[in-house]
Amino acid sequence: MASAAQIIIDRVNHLYRPPRGREVLALDQVSLEVANREFVALLGPSGCGKSTLLYLIGGFLPVETGAILIDGEKVAGPGPDRGIVFQHFALFPWKTVRGNILYGLERQGMPKEEREKRAMDFIELVGLHGFEDSYPSQLSGGMKQRTAIARTLAFGPDILLMDEPFGALDAQTRALMQSELLRIWQRTPKTVIFVTHDVQEAVYLADRVAVMSARPGRIKTIVDTKFDKNDPDILKAKAFVEKVDEIWHLVREEAIKAQGKRA
Amino acid sequence: MKQSLLRYLPLLLLAAIWELVARLELVSSTALPPLSDVIAAWIDMIKDGELTSNGASSLYRAGAGLALSVIVGTALGIGMAWWKPVNVLLAPMVEIFYPLPKSALIPVTVIWLGFGDGSKILLIFLGCMLPVTVGAFNGARSSEQVLVWSARSMGANRLRMLWDVVLPSAMPELLNGIRTALALSFILLVSSELIVAQKGFGYLIGFLGANGTYDAMYAVVFTVAFLGFAADRVYQMFVQRMLLWRQ
Repeated sequence: MASAAQIIIDRVNHLYRPPRGREVLALDQVSLEVANREFVALLGPSGCGKSTLLYLIGGFLPVETGAILIDGEKVAGPGPDRGIVFQHFALFPWKTVRGNILYGLERQGMPKEEREKRAMDFIELVGLHGFEDSYPSQLSGGMKQRTAIARTLAFGPDILLMDEPFGALDAQTRALMQSELLRIWQRTPKTVIFVTHDVQEAVYLADRVAVMSARPGRIKTIVDTKFDKNDPDILKAKAFVEKVDEIWHLVREEAIKAQGKRA
Repeated sequence: MKQSLLRYLPLLLLAAIWELVARLELVSSTALPPLSDVIAAWIDMIKDGELTSNGASSLYRAGAGLALSVIVGTALGIGMAWWKPVNVLLAPMVEIFYPLPKSALIPVTVIWLGFGDGSKILLIFLGCMLPVTVGAFNGARSSEQVLVWSARSMGANRLRMLWDVVLPSAMPELLNGIRTALALSFILLVSSELIVAQKGFGYLIGFLGANGTYDAMYAVVFTVAFLGFAADRVYQMFVQRMLLWRQ
């Protein structure tokens, strides 16, 4: 089974060194395997290192102990095989919606006509038709995140890394974006690693949820959460609610521990 | 447009008072020639080409010096913000030279490059570079980590990322620094030409003043003042266009 995994995280430690003060062990012997086209959520209290793990997979931070392999190769830096969507969108504010989406395509050297068409296709896909010439400052939070998702999907990464992408959105927009993401994911299947601290979101979106413990970050358990995503009443289904409850208790323990440590 | 023109109406009042005071000889006409004489002198100097030929050489010097300072200053500022060794090397030099009144370098640049264009261009370049450097440095340091990461993950190499992310991130502060440099360039231009030059606005002001042709001298002073004002206005319009994405 191990050889079938697309992403292998093997006993990764990470030391966080603040500019001042003591260093902190942010990740402790984290191991995780993610299969091709699997949707895995990393869930845990704030400060458990889940975003750090995502940045390590993205190649933004160096892997110092342990290893992260993607399709058998060690991660040595960022690359277009992995697309990332950040909580605060990280759109280029000086580029329009179209310009943001075009950027990754330009960097890949796609011919002009082809990339213009592809950009429009993805603007269409995320429902931003009519806003292609708007700057990020003129968009709502939900529209910004749609743009960020379109930008990342457009250059065709195999792996989608999402760092609390809906954390900055209001509840309604958030719910809308979750089903939107599932719709898009079903149309263009990709491996997704999705960081969140929202239990319901994790259970709803992911095939598996990796529950992380508080500082130092470890993977506490991995829970299967495959549900029929196309069932409109899934959020109210008994099995779903029970699963959320089960995981919520696991996270709660960790959150309490984290609180205790801080106090 | 009409609104903004109306804003300058009080200047007409000032002009009228000037004309009146001079015509009634409330002050000596050598200290303050009537405004109408100044205008007449201005028209004469345009007609015989004296103002335009001196003006052209001044604008060339200011333009060349400023352009150099913008290019080099931006590169230095971004380099300092992005590579620690560059910062270690240059930061103390910037700190020491920043407060130096650049007009003190006028004789120095003359010794190095003589009386012509070269010394003026060098002076303006040296004088204008640091505000640009500091603007680019502060702006580049404020570029967001996630934007850099985004560009890198989309396939931008380090150099490309500087151009595509760090430079635009630095743009608001950089453009502010360039505005300061623009104003400085006029100051340095005129003062250096006043002291040692054979042409240019500053030379003309000095020459006409020494000859006692005060109406013509005032005409040149006004021309420089107006050009400085117009350059700043045009520059601000340019900045607004460049930063359209911010509103």
